[in-house]
Amino acid sequence: MSRLAATLAARLAGGTRALTAFITAGDPGPEATVPALHALVRGGADIVELGVPFSDPEAEGPSIQRSSERALANGVTLASVLDMTREFRNGNDVTPVVLMGYLNSVMRMGYEAFACRAREAGVDGLIVVNLPPEEAAEAQASLARQDLDLIFLVAPTTSSERAARIAQRGSGFIYYVSLKGVTGARHLDTADVARNISALREVCSLPVQVGFGIRDAESARAVARVADGIVVGSMLVDVMGERRDDPASIPAALEKRVALLRDAIDTL
Amino acid sequence: MAGTNKTPYREPRRGGRFGPYGGRFVAETLMHALDQLTTLYEALKDDDDFRRELDHDLASYVGRPTPLYLAERLTAELGGAKIYLKREDLNHTGAHKINNTVGQALLAKRMGKPRIIAETGAGQHGVATATVAARIGLECRVYMGSEDIARQSANVYRMKMLGAQVVPVESGSKTLKDAMNDAMRDWVTNVDTTHYIIGSVAGPHPYPMMVRDFQAVIGREARSQCLGLEGRLPDLLVACIGGGSNAMGLFYPFVDDEGVDMVGVEAAGLGLGTEQHAAPLNAGTPGVLHGQHTYLMQDQDGQIMQTHSISAGLDYPGVGPEHAYWKDIGRARYTAVTDDEALEAFRLLNRTEGILPALESSHAVAWVAREAPKMATADIVIVNLSGRGDKDINTVAELDGIGL
Ligand SMILES: Cc1ncc(COP(=O)(O)O)c(C=O)c1O
Repeated sequence: MSRLAATLAARLAGGTRALTAFITAGDPGPEATVPALHALVRGGADIVELGVPFSDPEAEGPSIQRSSERALANGVTLASVLDMTREFRNGNDVTPVVLMGYLNSVMRMGYEAFACRAREAGVDGLIVVNLPPEEAAEAQASLARQDLDLIFLVAPTTSSERAARIAQRGSGFIYYVSLKGVTGARHLDTADVARNISALREVCSLPVQVGFGIRDAESARAVARVADGIVVGSMLVDVMGERRDDPASIPAALEKRVALLRDAIDTL
Repeated sequence: MAGTNKTPYREPRRGGRFGPYGGRFVAETLMHALDQLTTLYEALKDDDDFRRELDHDLASYVGRPTPLYLAERLTAELGGAKIYLKREDLNHTGAHKINNTVGQALLAKRMGKPRIIAETGAGQHGVATATVAARIGLECRVYMGSEDIARQSANVYRMKMLGAQVVPVESGSKTLKDAMNDAMRDWVTNVDTTHYIIGSVAGPHPYPMMVRDFQAVIGREARSQCLGLEGRLPDLLVACIGGGSNAMGLFYPFVDDEGVDMVGVEAAGLGLGTEQHAAPLNAGTPGVLHGQHTYLMQDQDGQIMQTHSISAGLDYPGVGPEHAYWKDIGRARYTAVTDDEALEAFRLLNRTEGILPALESSHAVAWVAREAPKMATADIVIVNLSGRGDKDINTVAELDGIGL
C-alpha cells in the first residue's frame, strides 16, 4: 500500500480524521520550507502538501498568490521543490508529501522526467489545479508507472455522474473543493458541504478530503464531521508570510496553529 | 479543379482540440459552466432565430458590413501589391472586438445570467463588453492591468461612462495575462450568475471556437467583397496577432482556399533577440496557460515570462490554440514587427490614407509596408485594420514629446 493510502486508511480505521497542511515551497525563503514541514508534522499533520509556485496561479486567493510571488522572487523552481522534498525525507520517511501546483510546471519538465524525479525525491502524490481528468491521461500514465497518485478535485458544481467518473479515475483521495471560489475565500457554508459530501460518497469509494476556506478550529471541526480529512492552506501561508522578517519564529508558530486544528478535529 | 477532392477543414475535434492544442485546462469548478456554454452554443449556432438576431445586431448596432477599402495612395507609395484594408476600425466602438461581444451577450441573455465579466488589455474588448452590457442591461465588471490602465486611460473612462466597474489588477506583470487570471478567479467565485466574455480566440474550449465563429463575419464579408471588386480571391491576408481573434476572424473563411496565403504578425517589441517582446509563435514553446495548450513565452521552469509591446492589445504571452495548430501544419505563416516599425506604419497610414490605425493594427500595416514592395503589382493583399487609433494618441504624442 502506498504511503498516502496507508496514512488515510489508518485514520479511517481508527475513526479519526486526517489533517493535511499546505504551505508554499520557498516562502518566505527557500531555507524556511524543510523546517516548516517538520513543524507541521510535529503539530499533528498527517499529510503535508507543498505548493509549487507558478507565475499565474488562477485558482488562488491573495494569500497564496502573494506567497507564490515571494517564492518565485527567491528563485524557487520545480526542481528546487523536489530538492526540498528530498531533504525533508532525510528526517521523515513516513509522512506523505503531496505536491500541488499548475500543469505547466510539470509539463515543462516532462511528465516522465517529473514522475521519475518526484518518486526518487520521495513525493507521494500530485494535485494539479488545472488538470481535469479529461486532459490527464498522459500525465497520469507517467505518474502511475512510478506509483504516484494523481489526486483529482471535485467541486460544488460537479454533477454526480461526473463525480462518479472522476472518482473512478482518481487515486489516493478525492479533494473536495468546499466552495465556489479561490483558495482562502471566506464564504464557507458547512451545511452545503455536508449535503454535497454525502451525495459524493454515494458515487465515490476513495477517501474524501475537503479544502478551501477552512480558517479556524470551528470551520475545521464542522467540515471534519462530514469528511475523511481536511486540508488547510491559506491560514498557514499567512502565518509564514506574517513572519517573513523573523523566519526563526515560523516553525513554532506553525506547530501551534496545526496543533489547534488537530485538537479541534480530534474532539468532534 | 484543384482542391475539390480535399476534405474540408473541420476543427476543433472532440474536447476542443486543434491537433495537440486547445483543450480545457481549468479548475474543476468551471467545467460545468464550460459544458453548459458549449451545449448552448452548439445548439444555437445554426439556429435560424439566433442567426437572425445576431445578424440584425451586427447590421443595425455594430454597423456591418464594414468596407473593403482599396488603399490607393498606400499601394502607390509602396509600389508593389494592391492593398485593401478591411475596415474593422469603422465598427461601433472602434475595433473588431464588438463582433464577439454582441454574440456572447446574446448567449448570456439566453442563459439568464445577469452579470458579465471580461479581461481587457488595450481596453477595446473592455469597451466592447461594457457597451453590450449597457445595451441589454447587464451588470458588468472589467479586469484590467494597472499598467494598461495607465496607458489606455481614455478607454478606462469610456468603460466607466458605460456603467462598468473597472478593476485594476496589481498582480504579476499588471497587464492582460494578469487581468485574465483575475477574471478567472471572479468567474470561479460567481459562476452561477456570471458569464465570462473572453475577448480573443483563447482560453478553454469552447472559447477559441466560439470567438472564431463570431469573428468570422470579417472574413466572410472580405471574401465576397473581394470577389465582387476583383472577380477573384486575394493572394494574401495579413493581420496582427494578440490572442489572435481578428486574424482568425479574417483567415478562417478562407481556410479551404488553398491559393490564399495568410500571415499573422506578432509584436516583436524591442526585437525578437531581446526578451522584450510578445511573440510566442515566433519565439515561444508549447505549454498550458488560461485553460489552453498553446505556444507560450515561458522560461526553463515553465514560468510565464513578462512580455512587452507598445500596443497593450498585443501584450500577451500566449496565443489562441488554433493559430498554434496552423503554425505547425503550415496553413499560416507567423512573423513579427517591432514597436518602431509599428509606429512608423501608424504614421504612414495617417499620411497616405488619412486613417488613424490602432497600434495593434499598425503591426499588420508595418509588415505589409515591408513586404508589399517585393510583391507583384497584380497581387492582391487584404490587411485587417482591426481597430482605430484614437485610444493610442496619448502614447504616440508622448513619444513625440508632446503632452496632450
Ligand atoms: C484594435 C485591436 N487589434 C487587435 C487586438 C489583438 O487581439 P486579437 O489578436 O485577439 O485580435 C486588440 C486587442 O485588444 C485590439 O484592440
